[in-house]
Amino acid sequence: MNEQELRVKFDQRIADEEKIEPNDWMPDDYRKTLIRQISQHAHSEIVGMLPEGNWITRAPSLKRKAILLAKVQDEAGHGLYLYSAAETMGIDRDTMYDELHSGKAKYSSIFNYPTLTWADMGTIGWLVDGAAIMNQVPLCRTSYGPYARAMVRVCKEESFHQRQGYDILLTLCKGSEAQKNMAQDALNRWWWPSLMMFGPPDAESTHTQQSMEWKIKRFSNDELRQRFVDMTVPQAELLGIKIPDADLKWNAEKNHYDFGPIDWDEFWQVVKGNGPCNQERLSARVDAWNNGAWVREAAMSYAAKKMNQPTPQPQN
Amino acid sequence: MSTNNWPLWEVFIRSKNGLQHRHVGSLHASDATTAVENARDVYTRRMEGTSIWVVRSEDITASDPQFKSEFFDPAESKIYRHPTFFELPDEVKHM
Repeated sequence: MNEQELRVKFDQRIADEEKIEPNDWMPDDYRKTLIRQISQHAHSEIVGMLPEGNWITRAPSLKRKAILLAKVQDEAGHGLYLYSAAETMGIDRDTMYDELHSGKAKYSSIFNYPTLTWADMGTIGWLVDGAAIMNQVPLCRTSYGPYARAMVRVCKEESFHQRQGYDILLTLCKGSEAQKNMAQDALNRWWWPSLMMFGPPDAESTHTQQSMEWKIKRFSNDELRQRFVDMTVPQAELLGIKIPDADLKWNAEKNHYDFGPIDWDEFWQVVKGNGPCNQERLSARVDAWNNGAWVREAAMSYAAKKMNQPTPQPQN
Repeated sequence: MSTNNWPLWEVFIRSKNGLQHRHVGSLHASDATTAVENARDVYTRRMEGTSIWVVRSEDITASDPQFKSEFFDPAESKIYRHPTFFELPDEVKHM
């Protein structure tokens, strides 16, 4: 079959909701788009451990500490599922790490904001993981098999993350005035960056249309953002804290909440590397990798040494 | 360029006693023992398994999806391999 025929057959498979598997023929652009998206997603999980890692030793109780530790371990796991899924497309792990460490690859900009108080742990779980779930649930049906399967595992584990965050905020909001103020302050700082997590508005999103045609993406950025706002407003009301948006109000006609304009200049500044913590996050990641080099080397030398030893014979 | 030459392993997990091992994903590890330990941490954080197998990915031989039809078609015409191919009189019991 020539390229044209292969492409027609591929489009038909996508239309028929067939999953595409690693060794199947696929257009170069489909492969490139997915490598970019899956590796960025993996990098986000890995870098996403850093803002929370900061609070593991500062958690207010042993219970909270154990829970936060489990959440961060899940994120390491999610990064690993996703790196493996990306590798099935023919990119190796080292290349992806190099792209992250050199700053060539992006990760979610939300992790370039600082985590100043314990309430930030609650707010990240509630809003950041909440927004991630909104993005990730449709990805369980994405057209590329290994990515879809990785996302099924991720989504199963992620809802614990959101609930643990909301649970932290429920406790703070039922607490002293100072605790409630802390929760409000965290919401003030995380609300807008959370809305930015869905990506630029549809009209300016360069990849959306093609990704929707390939059924990599199932909903547009603006659709998911709206859904997130609709879902989150009543949850904030229940906590008794106020979303920092004067334009936020229920629109009975549209059956959705209207909300104020997002500061896209801020978004692009952070994407370009000028957010409050871009350098700190990346250097923490690079240091962790470089400082672990001797462990990786030692493990390989040990493996090589064992290979050269005669295997012990079974006794009977 | 970093030098992470840890080989890739495919991971298979038996979710509970009596079931077969199923492929769940892959990971990098320096040797088989650490691959099993890493697989426990990556794939069974919520009691998903009672047994783990790991196999070097490069040791797996797979059928070629390009020749999927040629490869699997021969079974398509052999419908007599299914019991429903044979029509029996209603009087026949226990078959």
